[in-house]
Amino acid sequence: MNKRVQHYLDLIVVLTQKEIKVRYKNSVFGYLWSIGHPLAFAFVFFIAFKVVMKVQMEDYTLFLIAGLFPWQWFSNSVNAAPTVFWGNASLIKKVNFSRHILPVATVLQDTIHFILSIPVIVFFMFIYNKPISLSWLYGIPLLLAIQFLLTYGVSLMVSSINLFFRDLERLTVILTTLLFYFTPIIYPETMVPERYKFLVIDINPLSALMVSWRNLFLNGTLEPASLIVSFVYSVLAFVLGYTVYRKLSWKFAEVI
Amino acid sequence: MSECIIVFNDVSKSYPIYHHITGGIKNFLFHLPKALSSVKNSRFVALKDVSFKVNQGETLGIIGENGAGKSTMLGLIAGVLKPSKGEVIVKGRISPLLELGAGFHPELTGRENIMLNGVLLGLTRSDVLKKIDEIIDFSELDEFIDQPIRTYSSGMLARLGFSVASSLNPEILLIDEILAVGDKLFQKKSKEALLKLINGGVTTVFVSHDLESVKEICHRAIWLDHGKVRAEGEPGKVVEQYKIML
Ligand SMILES: Nc1ncnc2c1ncn2[C@@H]1O[C@H](COP(=O)(O)OP(=O)(O)OP(=O)(O)O)[C@@H](O)[C@H]1O
Ligand SMILES: [Mg+2]
Repeated sequence: MNKRVQHYLDLIVVLTQKEIKVRYKNSVFGYLWSIGHPLAFAFVFFIAFKVVMKVQMEDYTLFLIAGLFPWQWFSNSVNAAPTVFWGNASLIKKVNFSRHILPVATVLQDTIHFILSIPVIVFFMFIYNKPISLSWLYGIPLLLAIQFLLTYGVSLMVSSINLFFRDLERLTVILTTLLFYFTPIIYPETMVPERYKFLVIDINPLSALMVSWRNLFLNGTLEPASLIVSFVYSVLAFVLGYTVYRKLSWKFAEVI
Repeated sequence: MSECIIVFNDVSKSYPIYHHITGGIKNFLFHLPKALSSVKNSRFVALKDVSFKVNQGETLGIIGENGAGKSTMLGLIAGVLKPSKGEVIVKGRISPLLELGAGFHPELTGRENIMLNGVLLGLTRSDVLKKIDEIIDFSELDEFIDQPIRTYSSGMLARLGFSVASSLNPEILLIDEILAVGDKLFQKKSKEALLKLINGGVTTVFVSHDLESVKEICHRAIWLDHGKVRAEGEPGKVVEQYKIML
């Protein structure tokens, strides 16, 4: 293989390994912590909507989990993005390497966590007596690729801009929280009132993707229309993120 | 005549003064007109019309007061900074000697950090694996090499850093005040290792406030004063001129 390509891949591998090792530190519970977070969320929403408010939906726990796990991946990566370049300040100041690989490593790390959490979804499917579909075999890789591109684009943009506007970090937390409630994750898209459909479903770049994940997990279905919409949004996010990065990256070492 | 490895042609570097921006979005928006004009107008000139060349195998010393622009110059050579004016030409693989612990992660072991650093500095993983034993030998860290480096003393960290940077067969070595850390023994050892690299033909740019080392190690020296080259030539002479000014 070409030496440059090899080196590029090695950079991704080494930096991702670093992220994973640092996140798990030496704790045996590292993996458990990473699935514990979305499970705790699912528990909270279950109590709120099923136990207290008695919303009429069958298999609500499963419904929650199938949406919360992929969401958690997006949200973890984007909320970690502001510190990606800051956390490597000394490197950015001294070594000239492709800095856009740093967010690749953090997003890839969360991708791996998400993949490792799929058995938990399988476990709940088993408890609820739901069959697992063969369509997962091509559906999961497809949605993985789309969500990776989307998450990376957003992360690259956030991490680059945050070097210049440091309070973007707080804004990111607020915006992802807002986005969470504006995305059909704890409620089905069918329950969204007609007049809000445009806001919640159509122009929200996460909606089609999150709904696709859930339908894939719960019913084994993959709707081409949603797939195309989420793909278009992810390409847009990537192009936007990379453009911002290209415009700003030569100044990184000056402002850091 | 040997080949020029580093060339600066009339290089200037100015920094925008980013106060209004790093104060955050809120500050930036509340003081928008002022902020925009400050971005445009207030620039701090760190290097002004600097020209010089470094030949293959040569060791160039850079001296000057704090804030004279020495680290800026190294940043330009390393390619992490872009000149505002002029042209910087650098041929060859660069190994910046990182500050204590820079580029190292405290939770990773010495061995893992060697891999991380090697790849960051431009080698592939298999290249690093081929050299890793040599690097570990040189560092004399023995069994500590598989401990997380947060448990290392600063001397041990310096050893690790120096071993990585010097074992990677860099073509260009950039050194910014690194030899001052560590105990006397380590300083002596790293100076010897550095001399060995220099004698082996690596092109070096050596920034230091330790004027004696500059005289001892360098073939040529430049005195930077407020971003301008004040004197250039034989290290002994340049250091003398600089001392008179102090
Ligand atoms: N990123 C930056 N943004 C704005 N100004 C900067 C930046 N980096 C350096 N400067 C300014 O440029 C000047 C030169 O800085 P530089 O770090 O090159 O000095 P130096 O010669 O290495 O000093 P020292 O001996 O203290 O290490 C300083 O006045 C500094 O304030
Ligand atoms: Mg300096």
